[in-house]
Amino acid sequence: MNAELVIAIIVSIAAAATPILLAALGELVVEKSGVLNLGVEGMMLIGAVITVAVTLTTGNHLLAIVCAALAASLSSLIFGFLTLTLSANQVATGLALTILGTGFSALFGQPYTVKSVPIIRSPFPPELAADPIWRVIFGHPPLVYFALLMVVAVWWFLNRTRAGLIVRAVGENDLSAHSIGYPVIGVRYLAVMFGGAMAGIAGACFPLMLTPQWVERLTTGRGWIALALVVFAAWRPFRLLAGAYFFGFMMIFEIYAKSNSAFRVLPSEFWAALPYLATVLVLVLISLRREGRTSAPACLGKPFVATG
Amino acid sequence: MTSFNRRTMIKIGGAAAALPLLGSRAFAQEKLKVGFVLVGSPDDNGWNFGHDRGRKEMLEAIGEDKVETTVVTNVAEGPDSERVFRELAQQGHKLIYGTSFGFGDSMLKVAKQFPDVKFEWATGNVSAPNLSLYNAKFHEGRAVCGTVAGLMTKSNKLAYVGSIPIPEVRMGINAFAIAARKVNPNATVKVVYIDSWFDPAKEAEAARALIDQGIDVIAQHTDGPVIPQIAEERKIVGVFGQGSDMSAFAPTTHLTSIIDRWGPHYTKSVQSVLDGTWTESSVWDGIASGEVEIGPYNANVPADVVAAAEKVKADIASGALHPFAGPIKDNTGTERVAAGDVIDDGEYWAVDWYAEGVEA
Amino acid sequence: MQLRLEKRPEPSKVLRVVTPIGAVLLTMVLGAIIFTALGYDGVGAVREIFVSPLVNSYKWQDLAVKAAPLIIIAVGLAISYRANVWNIGAEGQYIVGAIAGTGIGILTNDMTGWWIMPAMMIAGAAGGAAYAAVPAFLKVRFSVNEILTTLMLSYASVYLLNYLLAGPYKSPTSMGQPQTALFSADQSLPYLIPGTIVQLNVPIAIVVALAVWLLFSRFVFGFQIRVVGAAPHAARYGGFSANRTVWMAMLISGGLAGFAGILEAMGPVGRLILQFPANYGFTAIIVAFLGRLHPLGAILAGIMIAITAVGGEMAQIGIKLPFAAVGIFQAMMLFLILASDVLVRYRVKAVRPGEVAA
Repeated sequence: MNAELVIAIIVSIAAAATPILLAALGELVVEKSGVLNLGVEGMMLIGAVITVAVTLTTGNHLLAIVCAALAASLSSLIFGFLTLTLSANQVATGLALTILGTGFSALFGQPYTVKSVPIIRSPFPPELAADPIWRVIFGHPPLVYFALLMVVAVWWFLNRTRAGLIVRAVGENDLSAHSIGYPVIGVRYLAVMFGGAMAGIAGACFPLMLTPQWVERLTTGRGWIALALVVFAAWRPFRLLAGAYFFGFMMIFEIYAKSNSAFRVLPSEFWAALPYLATVLVLVLISLRREGRTSAPACLGKPFVATG
Repeated sequence: MTSFNRRTMIKIGGAAAALPLLGSRAFAQEKLKVGFVLVGSPDDNGWNFGHDRGRKEMLEAIGEDKVETTVVTNVAEGPDSERVFRELAQQGHKLIYGTSFGFGDSMLKVAKQFPDVKFEWATGNVSAPNLSLYNAKFHEGRAVCGTVAGLMTKSNKLAYVGSIPIPEVRMGINAFAIAARKVNPNATVKVVYIDSWFDPAKEAEAARALIDQGIDVIAQHTDGPVIPQIAEERKIVGVFGQGSDMSAFAPTTHLTSIIDRWGPHYTKSVQSVLDGTWTESSVWDGIASGEVEIGPYNANVPADVVAAAEKVKADIASGALHPFAGPIKDNTGTERVAAGDVIDDGEYWAVDWYAEGVEA
Repeated sequence: MQLRLEKRPEPSKVLRVVTPIGAVLLTMVLGAIIFTALGYDGVGAVREIFVSPLVNSYKWQDLAVKAAPLIIIAVGLAISYRANVWNIGAEGQYIVGAIAGTGIGILTNDMTGWWIMPAMMIAGAAGGAAYAAVPAFLKVRFSVNEILTTLMLSYASVYLLNYLLAGPYKSPTSMGQPQTALFSADQSLPYLIPGTIVQLNVPIAIVVALAVWLLFSRFVFGFQIRVVGAAPHAARYGGFSANRTVWMAMLISGGLAGFAGILEAMGPVGRLILQFPANYGFTAIIVAFLGRLHPLGAILAGIMIAITAVGGEMAQIGIKLPFAAVGIFQAMMLFLILASDVLVRYRVKAVRPGEVAA
């Protein structure tokens, strides 16, 4: 275990954690505004397939990511319209969105399946990005840096801006927020669309960073992990960063454990289950201290209907 | 109550429009209808792709005027598959292929209910008067790949990304390792199971982690070309295509591939149904009869390596070489197969150990 | 001109039944149009997915078999969700229930006796309940949100299944394949009508739904669940313990999911295999909501979902519709049913700007 291997592992962890972090950040904002959108996995798949389609057609990564964000955001509008304007049940609508995303992406992606997608490389010059030591800072694909920036941005937005305060107010007590004059439904729409855009970018991570192709169900459930991590993070952006990287660490650790004789005393399936069990364990440990607990936004999941 | 009336109108209109839809489907009368039940999607470039390609080859060989095929994809094993097999039988398919071990229970049940329909179960183990078994000796292909891997590796560290620890995967690993060590006694094979037949993100992570640990040749027993892509991205020495030629995904590192050629078998069996000569059988062919093919070698593979690999291939085809010929020791040092002995078809399924050099 | 939603004093009973039907019909029409525009046989797709399963009587058995586990799990989830306990991990409880029941089955595979099947069923329900007890305990004791724990545990349960099937549960006659032996005659659910595929689990599903409905509409506990779910603070004044409600919600939904699991294993599947997890735990969430969190609604919703699943297969076989298209139909149908729900609870009023809705 030398320094180069450790750095290689760190780079892998960052790559694994980033899509989960991005999707979870988006969902965090959505849930802060009081809405529960379980359609993250579906929106990620839409983002992934659009990314592949645009990259293969135009060769432009940035355009692909933007299109992915737009497409996913559009799909989240379906969810928004149903739950915010028509007050439909959020859990069921979110699940339906996941089904839609899975089916749409599979159908749309059919012409693109047998092709390799060029991966996106670090924005920094190769002397730094490829250097075995320095690449721990400079060698990550741009989406990794973007995700880290977004953590700060989301935290700052929610806690230091007036707009963020409105979002939180809408999520904690929508009736009071409404009586003050805040546009509850409008704020939630924006939050939902932001969540969709982030899920789309998260989906883009797969073909551009992890698995350079399109195939049905490419994201294999990582969207659900993102949902769980929002809860793990107690709706706090920095804790989410820690949670996403922790989970990424566990996933990479799983592979190393499986491939090293020292760990083989325990069966392969144990290591596969470990990331999930560890996440629960850590949350329990955090919750042992009373200060560690934070409850969900009070209006999470409940529809809002203006009474006046 | 205006809204209610409007809604009623829509409903009535819808129902009226729907009535003609209830017409029956036309059933094809003369062509033989053949059903293919796939556990995944042909997009995987692997297992399911191979079967679908075999189907197309069969259609070309026999002719679309005589035979018509139906492909059902992403069928989950269990009650869902039973329904699919039954629906195929009910819709007039007279020959139905189930391409996964897990379909067996369903196929046996449905076969009993439809004695005049012929079923064939890939990688199955129990037959019936109207249910045959077919399989391919992929491990023969692994032996050829192992030879190439052993000769090409520079770090002497090989790796194998497996799906689930079932006998077929285990024996593939063993064949690979035995062949590699025959030409390179210092080669080791690290094995990682991803506990799934399909998880591109996990396969990619596994490949990268293995490469970071010094592996320079990877073989896989999972569906999909992600691992060749990662191999190419990292520019390691080599990777092998699984189920099909995956060199499009790894132009410089893809050394060769094991290609599932189901076409010859499908053609034979469909023809036998057309001729009325189909009988209950168990087919387990390999390189010799063309079910397992070795893909083209990469230009980067030196001529002597190609020659060695081709010799192994030829010897297996002729019977001069058995991929599991003794002496074979397992990875704890115990001798499992004595010199002069082989692991035959029957013993194959009971092997629960790994060959020497395998870290699993 | 603005459309305003005005809450009805009471949800419209008529529309409650009518709107889902309308939504399905609308799905059929829209779906046919969209898919024809995309180049597929739109009308055929609609016919195969929605109509064929209902029109062909031999398909009714398939609907029953597919719907049964969904109904049982959804009934349990309905209780849980009414109490605001978000059990997302029913899939894991389903799997662990099947594992627990199968454990008994393996021990008794060579024995005979009428007691074997009930023993397996009880073990299945107990296993599911026990697996749900973990998130319940974590929530009550440490305030750990159950969305996370139930979801994570359901992933872990899949790996537990894989491990057991490759190891202690593996049948010696299975050629090394990770699966258990076939359940013996005493361990397999009997067929209701010989010649059909309808086994005991189908009527059991109906009985479960009816029993839960009776139990919850008649007894105080049912009232308790609803009150605690709706107004936890008020509930405490009434002496209803929120913690006890969490426990009961999780144990009941987990137990029912586990029960569904062992029934499925003893019935249509016939043994425990790697592919046993069929996402029923997640599909049941949709069924629960479509059924408006009511046990009887779960029956209808379960059948509806079963229709689209069975119909989807028929469409693949009959008109070669790609598998992905079925998902789109299902999503469309769900969206429309959920959207039409609004008409049940709210009245749409046209309001001129400046006018106050009367």
